[in-house]
Amino acid sequence: MERKLTVPGRYDRLEQICDFVAQAATEAGLAEREASRCQLAVDEACTNIIEHGYEGEDRGLIEVACEGEEGELVITIQDWARRFDPSAVPEPKLNTSVEGIGIGGLGIYFMRQIMDAVEFSYENGGNKLVLVKRKET
Amino acid sequence: MEISTEELKQVSVMAVTGRVDSATAPELENSLKKLVEAEKTQIVLDLKNVEYMSSAGLRAMVSTLKAVKRVNGDLRLASPSPRVEEVLRLAGLTSIFSIHPTRDEAVASF
Repeated sequence: MERKLTVPGRYDRLEQICDFVAQAATEAGLAEREASRCQLAVDEACTNIIEHGYEGEDRGLIEVACEGEEGELVITIQDWARRFDPSAVPEPKLNTSVEGIGIGGLGIYFMRQIMDAVEFSYENGGNKLVLVKRKET
Repeated sequence: MEISTEELKQVSVMAVTGRVDSATAPELENSLKKLVEAEKTQIVLDLKNVEYMSSAGLRAMVSTLKAVKRVNGDLRLASPSPRVEEVLRLAGLTSIFSIHPTRDEAVASF
């Protein structure tokens, strides 16, 4: 079953998006830890869309669709911002000294660490991000 | 998100409740910045009641840590929930921050 949520690109909508994703994850049979990872990945993705894609709040919509099967959740996030090139995002500088830490790029780094698949594409005048989370066995 | 600050003899304890995401992290960062500007640079951030944190929250904490370290202060973390601890671990920050199981232990560590 597919559920869809469309919201204006605003940071105060992140909680609503997270709740929506958590519910879909639970319905797909994912455990609490997996559901919270889905929320984090989607939060980071939507934050990047608002901050770097739309370059500010209230400049465009974000559509989040969740399709769950038993033990798997596919989350599709669509925006209509400028084209996003994930290869242009620097790797965060972690495990270094305090002064050397660079937190930029952490959102994508998190997504890749905690989701089973992360795919970016650009089509129909917008960016499409597909995130997949499978139940751990 | 709610923030409350308690001044002890040598340490400021800031307790945070609720969600720390891109909507609320700027408020956390500003509150921490005000402490640092008031030369209160020995800070315990009590995370016991933080139900959720994204990289935006980490960014606020890291920028504060950098600021206080420059003046020989420290920002120490107390009682992160398993969920918050996972985010810290994912970001490789568990070795950067001094993390304590309770608020009192974090205060006593100064």
